[in-house]
Amino acid sequence: MLLRYLLEKEFKQIRRNPFLLRLIVAYPILVMLVFPWVANLEVKDINLCIVDNDHSSYSLRLAEQIPASGYFHLAAVALTYDKAIEYIKQNKSDVILEIPMDFEKALMRGESTTVMISPNSVNGTKGLFAANYLTQILSDFSVDISEKQLQGAIEIIPQYRYNPYLNYKTFIIPALMVILLTVICGFLPALNIVGEKEKGTIEQINVTPLKKSLFILSKLIPYWMIGLFILTVCFGLAALIYGLIPAGSFFTIYLFAILFIITYSAFGLVISNYSATMQQAMFVMFFFTIVMLLMCGTFTPIKSMPHWAQTITYANPLRYFIEAMRAIYLKGSGFTDLHTQFLVLTGIAGLFSLWAVLSYKKR
Amino acid sequence: MKQFISFVNKEFRHIFRDKRTMLLLLGMPVVQMILFGFAITTEVRNINICTPQTWNYDPQIRIMEGFAANPYFNITGTIGNSQEIDEVFREGKADLVIVLDAQRTNPAIQLIADATDPNTAITEVAYATRIIHEAQQVAVTAIPQGQIIPNVRMLYNPQMKSAYNFVPGVMGLILMLICAMMTSISIVREKEMGTMELLLVSPVKPFSIILSKAVPYFVISTANMLIIILLAVYLLHVPLVGSMIWLSIISWIYILVCLSLGLLISTVAQTQVAAMLISGVMLMMPALLLSGMIYPVENMPAILEGVSCIIPARWYIAAVKKLMIQGLEITYVAKEVAILLLMASFLLTVSLKKFSLRLQ
Amino acid sequence: MDYAIIVEELTKRFGRFTAVDSISFEVKKGEIFGFLGANGAGKTTAMRMLCGLSIPTSGKGSVAGFDIMNQTEYIKRNIGYMSQRFSLYEDLTVWENLRFFAAIYGIKDKEIERRGVRVLQELNFYEERNTLVKDLPLGWKQKLAFSTAIFHRPGIVFLDEPTGGVDPLTRRQFWELIYQTADSGITIFVTTHYMDEAEYCNRVSIMVNGRIEALGSPANLKQQYHAESMDNVFQQLARV
Repeated sequence: MLLRYLLEKEFKQIRRNPFLLRLIVAYPILVMLVFPWVANLEVKDINLCIVDNDHSSYSLRLAEQIPASGYFHLAAVALTYDKAIEYIKQNKSDVILEIPMDFEKALMRGESTTVMISPNSVNGTKGLFAANYLTQILSDFSVDISEKQLQGAIEIIPQYRYNPYLNYKTFIIPALMVILLTVICGFLPALNIVGEKEKGTIEQINVTPLKKSLFILSKLIPYWMIGLFILTVCFGLAALIYGLIPAGSFFTIYLFAILFIITYSAFGLVISNYSATMQQAMFVMFFFTIVMLLMCGTFTPIKSMPHWAQTITYANPLRYFIEAMRAIYLKGSGFTDLHTQFLVLTGIAGLFSLWAVLSYKKR
Repeated sequence: MKQFISFVNKEFRHIFRDKRTMLLLLGMPVVQMILFGFAITTEVRNINICTPQTWNYDPQIRIMEGFAANPYFNITGTIGNSQEIDEVFREGKADLVIVLDAQRTNPAIQLIADATDPNTAITEVAYATRIIHEAQQVAVTAIPQGQIIPNVRMLYNPQMKSAYNFVPGVMGLILMLICAMMTSISIVREKEMGTMELLLVSPVKPFSIILSKAVPYFVISTANMLIIILLAVYLLHVPLVGSMIWLSIISWIYILVCLSLGLLISTVAQTQVAAMLISGVMLMMPALLLSGMIYPVENMPAILEGVSCIIPARWYIAAVKKLMIQGLEITYVAKEVAILLLMASFLLTVSLKKFSLRLQ
Repeated sequence: MDYAIIVEELTKRFGRFTAVDSISFEVKKGEIFGFLGANGAGKTTAMRMLCGLSIPTSGKGSVAGFDIMNQTEYIKRNIGYMSQRFSLYEDLTVWENLRFFAAIYGIKDKEIERRGVRVLQELNFYEERNTLVKDLPLGWKQKLAFSTAIFHRPGIVFLDEPTGGVDPLTRRQFWELIYQTADSGITIFVTTHYMDEAEYCNRVSIMVNGRIEALGSPANLKQQYHAESMDNVFQQLARV
């Protein structure tokens, strides 16, 4: 009953804050319309520079076959390797393929020949991708030209399940929804509480018989509601714009979402409880969120991390939620498939809530 | 001059008094560098695969052995029927499933990848393809045949450290955070607390007040830049091939740009929260997303690529990559330097004008 | 029996620093009690203990009949509080603030409506009930904050430098409000910097370095220190 008044107050304050209101409206639209185009690690249009020292029919065939794969764009043909390096320096090409002299002759004779692949690897992802993909093309090419001899050649048929067109947006959109929730349900309520602390209005509340837990709850619930509302808007936008509809059930998604927003807002509370000023709260929050974002598997696969780093990710609530979101959205995983994630997330949620309550009482 | 020094002194005291923020300011780059340097890698390792229960004749057994011996692959289970494929994917037990296709006349192998993460999937398929090809070639060595041996030379980054890509990004981000966000907040705080009026009525010129706010952050930024470079060179073994002098000069230009952005925000924002949110939404987010730090600019649609041109971090990061890691001469970064200088002078003029306007 | 506040040897230490050093006093019901002292003398710390915001290191005390050690939640229900920092929500309207704080104390909607209208009319604020608090002049804000603090009819109201920064005329009006409130039986516990305001109190205590150095009615204190004004009394004590 009392909660009603408290919520009414919070909503009124949110409504009167033009900046917050604008943020709440514009942010999901921005996240769904702009970010999927930005957050694109899809490697395509790699600019290839070929140094052809052979000028044979085989080398020409190879030069034609590479752009046909769809990932490479033949940007330049250089006469010498040094010239090609110059193209790399000027950022005109990303990878050099040097075909040796007697390339064709060697292959005809059934001898081995060495082709040099030199990608610009300052950007590791792109460099590695270019090298791997070129290697695969070369491998296919050599099987191709020796087909007559290889009667029993095994055909390899790759199948990309859940994302057959290898669309990076499909991969990143569920993660973006999670990031959105971290801001709305983590940053905003924490800032709100520190704000009351700085203004001194929290003192006024402290001398009333109002239970602290109720007061805090009244701060969180509006943002939870806004968060879930925005999440729903995002589902709509994703379906409308990208045709992305969750393969699994909405029920499981909302279950995880609710669990996550409880966890993250409790985390925000813990930080605001330990911070004296808003500047401090914002900074600490920013710091941990960046670390958690980097360690959650959104940008780079967790399984490739060294062991100690993987151990750290077990404590990261973002990891479980993003795993679950992607699995439900793209693979159609059900609750039973994700019960480990659910249990761990529940545990973390409980732990953070407890910590939030304890650290608040202390002051 | 003495007045000015005492002002700068005061600002330093503000900063040093708040130990926690100070610790974070200096600790943030360290943690980020360690994470980027050691934890986060774009390489694909530990690929979990599920294989058919039975492998029939020679090339297949060889292929199987190839996977078992390869350090990149872990065989985690077997697949009996096609229904199980979805199951192992949903439970997250496998990243790649190998299926023997018996229906075809030619022997065929299906590589079914969990392509929720498309980049990883492509790399996994590429690795697997190579293993299968190699196994095949061993199987048919009886017939002499030509083989193309790729000799891969990773330019500038032979050990494929993701740090090479991220170090410039971290520099761009941290400097922006300290200079723009911190400066704007510290000016707005004085506004909020009313002490700004106090300073403005003192005989000190408004310009000196602003300058005195900027100097400490300038110093801290420089310290942070040095920390990042030292960590990069000695801890992560990122080479510092280029000229340190040019790197410093270009960093200072960038710091100047960030400081004037912070000043500009402080003239617009009325409260600390507003300053924080404005610098967060208008500066940090674009710097993180549109600068090419994580996401390559050339992948973006034309409009966003256009937007990215007005983001200082983009030019700074590009310049640092070229100078520090590729070790190019300054002539190769002339464009970046020119753009940053232009931005610095424009922003500085506008923000100082706005600041003095507010005084009248 | 008829004491609103009883304090015996109340002490608060922060580490090795003793902020409040074994103070004892009583405040009678319906009294206007002035709590004076220089900045840092321990006034605010003592007041926070009485309001249940901080737990004493040692000593005894009761406020409105409840123990300040372990019955703070009961105390909170029976007091009103207005702090030196203006502490209403600036982004809520006059009416919304009043309603919000009344609701916290569990007052029924109908009652809030009835009492609220009357309170605002008495203050001549009724026309402004839908104005955002941040748009009000400071004097009005303080009157509003006071009315909010006594809206739930507490036994005692704590005022922490309520008239800081307002003009003499508004201060005068404010003290009239305080008198009205005291007449209705509410005990007033007020801290202030203004020594002329001390003269308005029934009794005052003066704190110096965490201890109460003087306690009595303004007339008695002036006699005791051979002073013409409270200001003079205060000067003598503070110099020690």
